Amino acid sequence: MSSDASRLGFYLLLAPIMLWLVLLIILPHVGLFIVSISEKVGPREYEYGLGNYAAFFGEPLYWRTFARTAIMSILATALTLILGFPIAYYIAKLTKGRTKTTLFLMCMIPFWVSELVRTFGWMILLRETGVFSNLLQSLGLASGGVEMLYNDAAIMVGLVYTSILFMVVPLVTTLDSLDDSLIEAGYDLGANSSAIMREIVIPHAMPGIVSGCIVVFMLSLGNYLTPILLGGKDSLWFTGMIYTQFITRFNWELGAAFGFLLLGLSSLVVFVGLKLSGQSLSETMGRS
Amino acid sequence: MSNSTPDLSCSNLVKDFTDFRAVDGISFDVPKGSFFSILGPSGCGKTTLLRMIAGFQSPTSGDLRIKDTSMIGVPPNKRPVSMVFQHLALFPTMNIGDNVGFGLRQRGVGKKEIGKRVDEALERVGLPGVSKRRVDQLSGGQKQRVAIARCMVLEPDVLLLDEPLGALDLKLREHMKVELKALQAAFDTTFVYITHDQSEALVMSDNIAVMNHGRFEQIGTPHEVYHAPQTAFVAGFVGEANKLTAKVTATNGAMLSLVTEAGSEVQVSALSAGLAVGEKAQIFLRPEAIDLLPLGSEQAAGSNATEAVVETVLFNGANSTVSLRDTAGGVISAALPQTGALANLKKGDRLMTSWSAEQARCYAAGEV
Repeated sequence: MSSDASRLGFYLLLAPIMLWLVLLIILPHVGLFIVSISEKVGPREYEYGLGNYAAFFGEPLYWRTFARTAIMSILATALTLILGFPIAYYIAKLTKGRTKTTLFLMCMIPFWVSELVRTFGWMILLRETGVFSNLLQSLGLASGGVEMLYNDAAIMVGLVYTSILFMVVPLVTTLDSLDDSLIEAGYDLGANSSAIMREIVIPHAMPGIVSGCIVVFMLSLGNYLTPILLGGKDSLWFTGMIYTQFITRFNWELGAAFGFLLLGLSSLVVFVGLKLSGQSLSETMGRS
Repeated sequence: MSNSTPDLSCSNLVKDFTDFRAVDGISFDVPKGSFFSILGPSGCGKTTLLRMIAGFQSPTSGDLRIKDTSMIGVPPNKRPVSMVFQHLALFPTMNIGDNVGFGLRQRGVGKKEIGKRVDEALERVGLPGVSKRRVDQLSGGQKQRVAIARCMVLEPDVLLLDEPLGALDLKLREHMKVELKALQAAFDTTFVYITHDQSEALVMSDNIAVMNHGRFEQIGTPHEVYHAPQTAFVAGFVGEANKLTAKVTATNGAMLSLVTEAGSEVQVSALSAGLAVGEKAQIFLRPEAIDLLPLGSEQAAGSNATEAVVETVLFNGANSTVSLRDTAGGVISAALPQTGALANLKKGDRLMTSWSAEQARCYAAGEV
């Protein structure tokens, strides 16, 4: 009797996540997959085939954008890690008590504002009539307006800025759990700072680094707003291309195929990343 | 011993923190190859002292010399000392071999040489062939030995140990005491060991420094510290002792006559206490110094004999004690040997207690 009741409770608690998974993740993907392998042969006439995938590989613009998106995302992830690690190390190891809480909060506060507003903030700073441009002109370093928007660097800045929190948080958590006496033991045994970083701190922080990188990479790869707003018409981001297929061209079949290719790409990159760093997904996600 | 330079020598070492003085003018020498313990209650400044020797904190003033070279301003990674941390601080991301070889790698020793020396060190601590294992696959005592091997492989002049036995269970702790002493003898290296556990210090040390409020109260062999404590703090902290507060009523050379608070008269031999008639004093009396005799015994006619009633018997095997209330109402505890007639002592039994004037230590009150 009681085991029946507890079983019912278990299923009730499980229900929301199962509904979410089935209705919003699995069903749409099954639907999209069916759409992606449908080829239009005439008005309202479809047959199954891999033509949409063939179209992707046949058109250089598609797969080059695809590759560009992947490479820029990996680069953004690397930059975020390089910027985020010292911040996280400082917060976790070199500050204590109130200062630590304050700094951590200060990292979070910008994320209380919508991503759209934050991206507009960057546009105000970077555009031709923006803050930086005016500053350079008033300092006499530039004669006319300087356009800093609509290039790859602006996209990169936006991507790093948008996702740095998702790198800092797991890193602070893992670095926090590193016992200070391990660092002291390292010094005591004759190691210098760089050897301690390399042999003690980074191996310990590896699960945090990997989970931070996975999240940042996914966010960058799937980001639509930042590349479009900061990169302009020429941003050539793959999500933009998917949008175009679905909304502008009304070619759902090709759009669905693109979606699946993006899913495959992100899974592949995460898999390779885990293999290279010698971590397992359950360990990485379970610990942070 | 006194001719050779000591391995570690501190002179007038002081460490101030913003609002208090943790280490207050400490001077001591540790002779080469000896086991030196610093014993004190928590918060007495012993950890600060050890961290200054290791180099993690710099002294406010004073000098610290290792093998006659001043260590002031030398960072921890350049000092010829190694430290075994309280929780050992083995690197969990490395296997045992890499842990032990860590220091050698930092010195740029060749890979083959490292492997050889790591195996040697592990063999010396009695753990051959574990170098491929992970840290969490070892037991508490094995980790302890790995931590020592990790330090000893660097052949330090001084090995510092920061209460490394604290985390172990009682049985293992007893075992590791003996083992640490044996390892120290085998490596013939100077050990500086800090602890709050007097039994660890007494069992292992060649010399003990008893520390309180940032100062050394006494430095001496375990025997001296236990049997001839120089201050009331040492007498109370090292070993068990009955503490009696009393007033001096008469002096006769070294022999003092006192009346305790409970009202019983006692005789104590105190050479250096410098107490005058009418002054308050504290008497420390070891439980094992008290003889328990049957009522009316002839032997009990000696000094400080009194009749007493058994209040409680605290049975603890060989360390059993009995708490006794004497005729004047004062309570003392005495060691209860588990041999002979006394083994069956019960609450309410009456007997004679006696202790000789030389067995107690007497200090002017207010020293603690």
